[in-house]
Amino acid sequence: MITLQGITKRYGQYAALDNVSLEVRDGEFLALLGPSGSGKTTLLRIIAGLAFPDEGRVQFNGEDVTHLKVADRKVGFVFQHYALFKHMTVADNVGFGLSVRKRGQRPTKDQIKARADELLDLVQLGGLGERYPAQLSGGQRQRVALARALAVEPQLLLLDEPFGALDAKVRKTLRRWLRDLHKRMGLTSIFVTHDQEEALELADRVVVMDHGVIEQIGTPEQVYMEPATPFVSDFVGETNRLPGGVHVRPHDLEIIDGTSEPDGHELIVDNIFRKGGVWRVEGIFSDESVVELDVDASLQPPSPGDSIRVRPRRSKTFTPTGAKSHEQA
Amino acid sequence: MSALSFIRARHLLIAAALAFIALFLVLPLISVFFAALQKGLAAYGAAVVDPDALSAIRLTLLVAAIAVPLNIVFGVVAAWSIAKFDFPGKSLLVTFIDLPFSVSPVVAGLIFVLMFGAQGWFGTWLQDHDVQIIFAVPGIVLATIFVTFPFVARELIPLMSEQGRDDEEAALSLGASGLQTFLRVTLPNIRWGLLYGVLLCNARAMGEFGAVSVVSGHLRGITNTMPLHVEILYNEYNFVAAFAVASLLAMLALVTLVLKSIVEWRFGYHHGSARH
Repeated sequence: MITLQGITKRYGQYAALDNVSLEVRDGEFLALLGPSGSGKTTLLRIIAGLAFPDEGRVQFNGEDVTHLKVADRKVGFVFQHYALFKHMTVADNVGFGLSVRKRGQRPTKDQIKARADELLDLVQLGGLGERYPAQLSGGQRQRVALARALAVEPQLLLLDEPFGALDAKVRKTLRRWLRDLHKRMGLTSIFVTHDQEEALELADRVVVMDHGVIEQIGTPEQVYMEPATPFVSDFVGETNRLPGGVHVRPHDLEIIDGTSEPDGHELIVDNIFRKGGVWRVEGIFSDESVVELDVDASLQPPSPGDSIRVRPRRSKTFTPTGAKSHEQA
Repeated sequence: MSALSFIRARHLLIAAALAFIALFLVLPLISVFFAALQKGLAAYGAAVVDPDALSAIRLTLLVAAIAVPLNIVFGVVAAWSIAKFDFPGKSLLVTFIDLPFSVSPVVAGLIFVLMFGAQGWFGTWLQDHDVQIIFAVPGIVLATIFVTFPFVARELIPLMSEQGRDDEEAALSLGASGLQTFLRVTLPNIRWGLLYGVLLCNARAMGEFGAVSVVSGHLRGITNTMPLHVEILYNEYNFVAAFAVASLLAMLALVTLVLKSIVEWRFGYHHGSARH
């Protein structure tokens, strides 16, 4: 188990992390989710031992590692741009962690080679060991970086924006694959992402961060359905902000007939397009803000210029004193 | 019509550039070899194997052999700390590294005379301990190091800044020590930039005249480097010998150029690209 207590990190006057506390359970797949500047990468680097907090403590299984260097923490770190060693073959990259061990603990050349081949098979790159990183695709490089991190048998795997530099298709395949690998190897993994979809799809728990503080920790379900703060509601999934601090998801808005409904809101339809299995309707609200709602694809969508009335099926109201959920009967 | 005049303008510009290079670079270079061989190969050979000439060549090689490695160490250390760490006084250090480029070499030489000369700050102490720096080899080495020390550092700073810290951090996270990280990750990453800087540093170390001239004392066969020896021969109207030794320096320049081009083309290291 990894325990962070009161982690604060300042760069000059600016607090990148402000009194952050967090527990990571063994075997968990945890996402640090937030926009750039939220402190998520700094937090990951502090867990790794690549950066050190000004205040607070980091514990691995009850042992204080706050001042331990990265080399002594037994963590695997996958860098955003992979940081593969360009002048080494793929196999030498993977074997690097073993080849720099002290004499005595260092396996023989053949053993390192065998281990590298084994790991390359694991990441489905068997037979590519003699290539150089420049000869691989982005997705392949990512998996080499992963194999290299796994070679030192870390207790903890840390990934900084692991899919950030890949195109959408590869990203999707790799996500599923990484999820499987994490389960199969029984690792504890923490990854940083700014992509809420990625966090919700992969993680057991999501830590939503903004401006150096944790806004919410919860399962993807909790974070999406029960956002604790307006920021979480806004950042995770799509949200319409209606007057009075009411937040409502596009799929929780329905079109209603008649004007008697007290919860109804008047919209002028501006634009309609197909979004996956639904129609996405963009309407202009009376205060000129844009409201988005989804209409079942089997229904006839309204036309631009139409005046419609909508009602939230489900919404969340944030007031300075707290948050409240509403469910329409 | 306009297309034709455009082509004409292009030809004119290229011709002007080529004529300029021919007049100011190629022709003088050819004339060096021409003058050196004016009285035949035998005279050329005699001038080169003259004991004073040989001693100048030896001294030049010795000075480069000391100055270049020291500047490699200094350049790598300076570039490493500037590119990979933040510390107070960083921009001041960058300015100081450029200082030898902005100071006249003669002034550089005089600085050392002022410090280590007989009337200099440490002059008395040095005399008491029987150490001679000015008008001796140590002074020449010091002046050469001063004049050449920006070359390696200037080449590496932009390169290392661009590469960032990721590779080093990756190596450290895999358990490598600082030295292992440097030897196995950093050094291979900068090798072509380093080689480029070393070539330029070496060319300047062997060819430096001004600073060395001030501290050398021009003792024939003792403190004369090749450029100083050329000057002496020339002042003695010994043109064949002067140009013969000069031709060796010219050949050094040509070899440097060729090696430089090989580094650029063969290994894809572009001097300009590291600056962005």
